[in-house]
Amino acid sequence: MLTQDEAQKLIQEVLAAYPPEAAEDRAKHLAVLDGESADGGGCGITANRKSLPGVMTIRGCAYAGSKGVVWGPIKDMIHISHGPVGCGQYSRAGRRNYYVGYTGVNTFGTMNFTSDFQEKDIVFGGDKKLAKLLDEANTLFPLNKGISVQSECPVGLIGDDIEAVAKKKSADLAKPVVPVRCEGFRGVSQSLGHHIANDTIRDYILDRPNAAFTGEAGPYDVAVIGDYNIGGDAWSSRILLEEMGLNVVAQWSGDGTLAELERTPKVRLNLVHCYRSMNYISRHMESKYGIPWLEYNFFGPTKIADSLRRIAAKFDARIQAGAEAVIAKYQPMADAITERFRPRLQGKRVMLYVGGLRPRHVIGAYEDLGMEVVGTGYEFGHNDDYERTQEELKNTTLIYDDATGYELERFVEQVRPDLIGSGIKEKYVFQKMGIPFRQMHSWDYSGPYHGYDGYAIFARDMDMTINNPCWKMMTPPWRQPGAEAA
Amino acid sequence: MSQTAEKIVPCYPLFQQPEYRETLKKKAAEYENREPANVIDETFEWTTSPEYRALNFQREALTVNPAKACQPLGAVLCSLGFHATLPYVHGSQGCTAYFRTYFNRHFKEPIACVSDSMTEDAAVFGGQKNMFAGLQNAKALYEPEMIAVSSTCMAEVIGDDLNAFITNTKKDGRIPMDFPTPYAHTPSFIGSHLTGWDNMLEGILRYFTLNSMQDKEPGKSGKINLVAGFDGYLGNYRVLKQMAREMGVEATLLSDPEAVLDTPADGKYRMYAGGTTQEEVKQAPNAIDTLFLQPWGIDKSKKFVKETWNHPTTAVDAPYGLAATDQFLMTLSRLSGRPIPASLELERGRLVDMMADSHAWLHGRSFSVYGDPDFVMGMARFLMELGAEPLHLLSNNATKRWGKAMETLLASSPYGRRGEVHFGRDLWHMRSLVFEKKPDFLIGNSYGKFIQRDTLHKGKAFEVPLIRIGFPIFDRHHLHRQTTLGYQGAMYLLTTLVNAVLERLDEDTRGMAETDYNYDLIR
Repeated sequence: MLTQDEAQKLIQEVLAAYPPEAAEDRAKHLAVLDGESADGGGCGITANRKSLPGVMTIRGCAYAGSKGVVWGPIKDMIHISHGPVGCGQYSRAGRRNYYVGYTGVNTFGTMNFTSDFQEKDIVFGGDKKLAKLLDEANTLFPLNKGISVQSECPVGLIGDDIEAVAKKKSADLAKPVVPVRCEGFRGVSQSLGHHIANDTIRDYILDRPNAAFTGEAGPYDVAVIGDYNIGGDAWSSRILLEEMGLNVVAQWSGDGTLAELERTPKVRLNLVHCYRSMNYISRHMESKYGIPWLEYNFFGPTKIADSLRRIAAKFDARIQAGAEAVIAKYQPMADAITERFRPRLQGKRVMLYVGGLRPRHVIGAYEDLGMEVVGTGYEFGHNDDYERTQEELKNTTLIYDDATGYELERFVEQVRPDLIGSGIKEKYVFQKMGIPFRQMHSWDYSGPYHGYDGYAIFARDMDMTINNPCWKMMTPPWRQPGAEAA
Repeated sequence: MSQTAEKIVPCYPLFQQPEYRETLKKKAAEYENREPANVIDETFEWTTSPEYRALNFQREALTVNPAKACQPLGAVLCSLGFHATLPYVHGSQGCTAYFRTYFNRHFKEPIACVSDSMTEDAAVFGGQKNMFAGLQNAKALYEPEMIAVSSTCMAEVIGDDLNAFITNTKKDGRIPMDFPTPYAHTPSFIGSHLTGWDNMLEGILRYFTLNSMQDKEPGKSGKINLVAGFDGYLGNYRVLKQMAREMGVEATLLSDPEAVLDTPADGKYRMYAGGTTQEEVKQAPNAIDTLFLQPWGIDKSKKFVKETWNHPTTAVDAPYGLAATDQFLMTLSRLSGRPIPASLELERGRLVDMMADSHAWLHGRSFSVYGDPDFVMGMARFLMELGAEPLHLLSNNATKRWGKAMETLLASSPYGRRGEVHFGRDLWHMRSLVFEKKPDFLIGNSYGKFIQRDTLHKGKAFEVPLIRIGFPIFDRHHLHRQTTLGYQGAMYLLTTLVNAVLERLDEDTRGMAETDYNYDLIR
């Protein structure tokens, strides 16, 4: 475990490699937090600022936040990657937002629809092509419930009026056609893309004339907001909520549908998992429709039980009893999982570097397994994320915002954690360094990790990676200390 | 309850459990506003019909499931092939995150690449400030010997001038004047990843040789330059070097990323490993000739080598299969004056031996192929050598001229009689094609798995199994390590094809007391 002084020294060493101007900037994004000295000030970290050029940021862009995160998983709509061919190709079916449906017939989640801009589209504008392709998409995929137009960089630079095209085509096709200005150069990361996507759902779905849900709203209707159903997370969450007596009438947006979005303004409570990407629409529904929202955390049995009770507290005794029944039913299974894996994981030190909610939300699950988080950071967090993180931290913890490849490498070299949870871009660097690694965006092709069923898989996965024999094979026997010369 | 401490299951089969089936059924029935099952079924059937095929081929504006990527992706791979070189992409940062991820998933390797993170202010004022700080920071942190600059479409649309920006960065003292910074404009709205690879190579060759041609003379070094092009198989870079070595020909691979994309796990991360050195590039004009092994889509580099280096750029086909490898070796031999050694002749003989051994399982089988133009052409040629029949030959990033060359190739063999050529078409077109005329197998990258699922959904008899050969391959491990070029590559391709046929036969005949015949132990 690093001491406060060692950690500060490490940060200074890392900063020394940067040119002065860059060092000054990066210093604001790095901090050491001590559980006891927490001041509630969001770790004193500067967040949500431009990445420095040339430093190898891990961040993506607004398009990634909109198409890749918020809109893309809405399964019965077609999402057009509007611009050159690359963006849609690189983001195709990569996030594991599971859904069930007849892909290409009534659902379209793993497909790639693009306007594949050519030079003439840049020179003469892409609006005509857009109008035509919307017709073509609707002809070939008639069961689509609507179409979103996800702008790539050039669209915002060449003066296209996709709003006008969308308005006309929405009328022609009698379906929502949603223009989304998520060009990749907007903002500083994925984060603005989430916001833009939230706003377009508000303006073009919730506010669409005559589209409101007219059915009966039940007293126990809730929506799950900010769960992208990665590896089926939203499914292993909804099953618990339903079991306690709630009706999950909408998933935003993993395995989501247009009808679910449209129904949400009638729910009693919005349950927010990923605050970062969907707090905007939650706040909007609160102010416009008076729907309260509640942040919850379904990682690990401690947080799950706490969340179930907090959710139930918003309802009547029936639901509260339901929550207790759910906890009583699953706790023995969770305890058995903990009992099996904790002895194998106790005291293991974890460094995290992820996005959205995970840099704080998964801490509890690691702690349930006896592990300690010694470093964490957000790719695209804001100050309110760091404020929310502070209360989760117990020991001396390195905090890094928008960390660069260089920083992560140096930190890991010094801290030598037992496990790193980060993304695919980081994975192979650290595996080669001999550090067990799990992708914590895609669950490394496993999951779900949410809910009690997810906790079992989470525990299994952390164990299999930390305790796999491969990490001990990096050094050949003849290079082991004390080995005889070959 | 689904999980127990003794038996923990992930998504599949977890969601097969009755309680999950129930909740998903309820979700679909009550909240999703899903169409009735018969409407979905009828619509699906319609998408497999000839009428739908006709509609699908009328598309003019919409691309669905493309089989190509954009320019800077290619530029990054090309840059990675040079010694201690950091690829640098000028423009929006999300692109770089995507390029890295795309290669991470295919090669299962780290990909070092930086962006200069242009945002809205740069869109208004241009990205020179970003270039200043970007080159300075990248060099300070990652200590490369070369930074290879390409561009995203954002920078291209606003008209950023890479040469001017880089020069100004140096004049401003951010990096030394003599620090190597080749560059290439790589607009993603022109061509594909192949074009970007070509542009970047040309940029690098130009940077190191254009102004130092006085003492250069073709043939002076006795070497031969080989240009593999955008290739996702590590084995291909290796086999090219190996064939040349066995010939006794000193070859320089212009862009050789096989080492940096295959570093060991031994406790240390190496950002740089191997690759073509700057010295090798500088001496490359002294070679006898430069052979471009993916001739479709390498126009710019070829033109530069022809006009500036005065190399004949002798035409060769991508060395897929027997005859193209023969031709490649004979070309090497003729240019270098070295005979083709017994070792390669032996290897050739072994390949032909394998072709004889397996011909009965491949003869007359039909294969539809999609991918980059040289890959599709090479596979078609090899399939015909095997007595197999290429059926649909589709390349999203090929030209009309390629189409004509393909027609000529197919006409050259009786096995090409049924072949259909499609350029500028995507994988949704391919889906229609295989519903219309079913091949025995589909050959291509991982994206083809969705076509296999669609055809299976129509019925087992319609299923077109995918054989994964191409780029990217995300859903199978370590295939990128294999070799598809040369005699060795042909051996891997043949092994893959014939075993796909045999696997499929087993799958079809595994029914006890149903298809006991043809479920043979010996084949």
